[in-house]
Amino acid sequence: MPAYLSARLCSLALSLLLIAFALPAFAGPFEDGVAKFANDDFSDTEEAIGAVASSGNKLAFPIISALQDGRLMADPDSKKVYVTGTDGKSIDAATGEAVASVPDSASAVRLNNRLRRSVDAALGGLTLQSPDVGTRLQAAQSVFKSHEETALDAVDAALAKESNRAVKTALGEARAAILLFKSDATEVEKLEAVATLKARGDQEALALLTGMGDQPASVTKAAAGAIGSIQNSLAVWSMVQNAWYGLSLGSVLLLAAIGLAITFGVMGVINMAHGEMVMLGAYTTFVVQEVIRTRYPGLFDYSLLIAVPLAFLVAGAIGVLIERSIIRFLYGRPLETLLATWGLSLVLQQAVRTMFGPTNREVGNPSWMSGAFELGQITITYNRLWILLFTLAVFAILLAMLRYTALGLEMRAVTQNRRMAASMGIATSRVDALTFGLGSGIAGIAGVALSQIDNVSPNLGQSYIIDSFMVVVFGGVGNLWGTLVGAFTLGIANKFLEPVAGAVLGKIAILVLIILFIQKRPRGLFALKGRAVEA
Amino acid sequence: MTPHMLTRSLDRGATIFLAVVAACGILIPLSNLLLPAGSFLQVPTYLVALWGKYVCYAILALAIDLIWGYCGILSLGHGAFFALGGYAMGMYLMRQIGTRGVYGNPILPDFMVFLNYSKLPWYWYGFDMFWFAALMVLVVPGLLAFCFGWLAFRSRVTGVYLSIITQAMTYALLLAFFRNDFGFGGNNGLTDFKDILGFNVQAEGTRAALFALSCLALIAGFLICRAIVSSKLGKVLIAVRDAESRTRFLGYRVESYKLFVFTVSACMAGVAGALYVPQVGIINPSEFAPGNSIEAVIWVAVGGRGTLVGAALGAVVVNYAKTFFTSGVLAPYWLFMLGALFILVTLLLPKGIVGTFNAWWAQSKEKRNAATMASAAAEDGVTEPKMAE
Repeated sequence: MPAYLSARLCSLALSLLLIAFALPAFAGPFEDGVAKFANDDFSDTEEAIGAVASSGNKLAFPIISALQDGRLMADPDSKKVYVTGTDGKSIDAATGEAVASVPDSASAVRLNNRLRRSVDAALGGLTLQSPDVGTRLQAAQSVFKSHEETALDAVDAALAKESNRAVKTALGEARAAILLFKSDATEVEKLEAVATLKARGDQEALALLTGMGDQPASVTKAAAGAIGSIQNSLAVWSMVQNAWYGLSLGSVLLLAAIGLAITFGVMGVINMAHGEMVMLGAYTTFVVQEVIRTRYPGLFDYSLLIAVPLAFLVAGAIGVLIERSIIRFLYGRPLETLLATWGLSLVLQQAVRTMFGPTNREVGNPSWMSGAFELGQITITYNRLWILLFTLAVFAILLAMLRYTALGLEMRAVTQNRRMAASMGIATSRVDALTFGLGSGIAGIAGVALSQIDNVSPNLGQSYIIDSFMVVVFGGVGNLWGTLVGAFTLGIANKFLEPVAGAVLGKIAILVLIILFIQKRPRGLFALKGRAVEA
Repeated sequence: MTPHMLTRSLDRGATIFLAVVAACGILIPLSNLLLPAGSFLQVPTYLVALWGKYVCYAILALAIDLIWGYCGILSLGHGAFFALGGYAMGMYLMRQIGTRGVYGNPILPDFMVFLNYSKLPWYWYGFDMFWFAALMVLVVPGLLAFCFGWLAFRSRVTGVYLSIITQAMTYALLLAFFRNDFGFGGNNGLTDFKDILGFNVQAEGTRAALFALSCLALIAGFLICRAIVSSKLGKVLIAVRDAESRTRFLGYRVESYKLFVFTVSACMAGVAGALYVPQVGIINPSEFAPGNSIEAVIWVAVGGRGTLVGAALGAVVVNYAKTFFTSGVLAPYWLFMLGALFILVTLLLPKGIVGTFNAWWAQSKEKRNAATMASAAAEDGVTEPKMAE
């Protein structure tokens, strides 16, 4: 019996030993957790998430995020778990070693809604401690949005270690959001939370404060105060936002209208084909980018810098050609000029439609023009900012040109009194051709800028022509400052009317206002005085 | 002596024009209705509708010529008055559908049911009565033109400024009529018409009658325009066109003259639109597009500005060319042709077809007169020296 018993014990010990050896040498809670994924059972998966997330293993983040994306593959036969990367390569989840391929029997670990919340919370906790500042910030913000109570410990842990100021603020706000909704938080904690949210002062904080439900009376009172102050500051910011949008729209209008202001102002020529010059500039940008894409892909970021002078030359040359072949025969007959240039715009549109097709063409944003940054509560996109700066630069250059160059002097002379200028020996017909070329060239570079924010299609110019005329007529003919003021006034007025009246009604209101304004000042805001203008 | 001959030759042109329009207005409907289908001389119904459209355009062109040719007001927004007249007629036609619409609502047109209108907007009241709609065809464009013109002419907005703000006016209306909540059917406009005065709009007889009516309206419009431009008032209008400031200094109230003729012209455009809608079967906001108005101006320029006959002729010629070219293999080139037409007519044919013809006719007549006078003088010359001696 004892011999038998001892034999049994020995064999038991042996088998235990064998089992122990059969297990991986570094088995721990992480590996146990990972193995549980292989069962593909919801409650096992939940335990596995908890085990992996709290393990501190560097594989934890890739595993959980793979689980979230359905890239965590479990093989029910071998009980092995794999992470398939977004690049298609796979690793063994338990060891982190690369594997050649995931077995065919493996399938993605399934999730239900409850598990998805755990995954989100776990990921939030994990990324809160990520070495990358951007990831930490994002994680803190996502916790702020979800304000799940389960994340509180993770937030506290991260807050203790955090050294970056921005992340620390975001974590504090996330903590405040959680506490505000936590039923067993103390009143003091909640009051602090309200103060933190008030300091944050944006739309999201407002949403949290208004939707916080039943709270102690002191907290409700503090929250009401915070809501009022946030609403006030939001109203100010929305004004700033509208003003920015208005400036942005104004810069687009100004860009489209400067060229028109020159031809209309100097020559009294209504160039209905002006919009088509803008379109030609946009198509020049398209062609430049196509050549760069196929031949010199490295130059893509410089494509606009290359396109600006080219567009100026293309549109300017066509402008001079138009002036020499059509417009010079129609001086003194402005209404006929209007009709002829309208016909020209039809021809140019159809020509572009025949060459490039009627659909929108793709014009890309260089890297320095894409993206946005936050300024207080408003988001400013780089392309709008660059266009504003570009417009102001074009305006300044043009103004300097008119003031300090010989051509500018001649142009001003012809604008003010054509016959007197001619008597003084200015070759007015040469000035006319160059002026028209200059106006068209500026329309061309406007096209380069507009290709960044609008569809490049044969109809591009059509959508700007009426607005441009409104700007010029509103600002006053023959005065570039008038055009500037007109463009920004219309842009800002439009954007401030939009939230009140809606986009279309706002635009209609602006048109009606301009029509009424013209009655008061038939020659625009800054009218040139003099006999020549009457002609 | 020359002005007298000129008016006589114009009168002859006017007589020919009136005779041709009257003949078309009688013969085309008769041939369509009485001759058997497929007969060589029978005009198919689709052509009746198509030519009916041209006649409406001719009325619009007359309206533009009246203000542009005789008063120098280049309106780039006359398409708006045309479309407003069309909408007034379209509203009447919509109300006539009654329960035959898709939703079978006796009061609300289909699009209102679709857009969840609970009751008819106030501005749709009365459009179930033809007399009211017919009145509105004149009143709505006329009133808009009166208000717009009153503001513009009084503050002496002239020339290209006026052109641009008329364009802004039609553009604003285009945007407004595209809106669903404006109560005019949004971008689909008004369509699916059934009856006009109890007659089926699709029926051959109705179409023929509408064609005859359009010709009648063209004749009436022409006579009104002739009456205006050949009266003393017309002389003042021409004076305004040629030297506005001088006319004002002579003591004429320029703005009143302009306002009168602008309003009359808008009413005419409204009538043209009202006749256009039942023949085409639809009215939608695209009629307000600034491009349409400018195209109408080019009809006048092609035919001959300030000739009335030319305006009507130009409208028919350009639109016939449009139909001809846009339906064939040349379709992609139509815009090239239209664009070239704008450029070439303004550059090479500033008087238009009829104006150039009139000038040539007057010149050749003068030559003939000069020749007869010279020969008479030569005959006299034989005798004269004798007398001198």
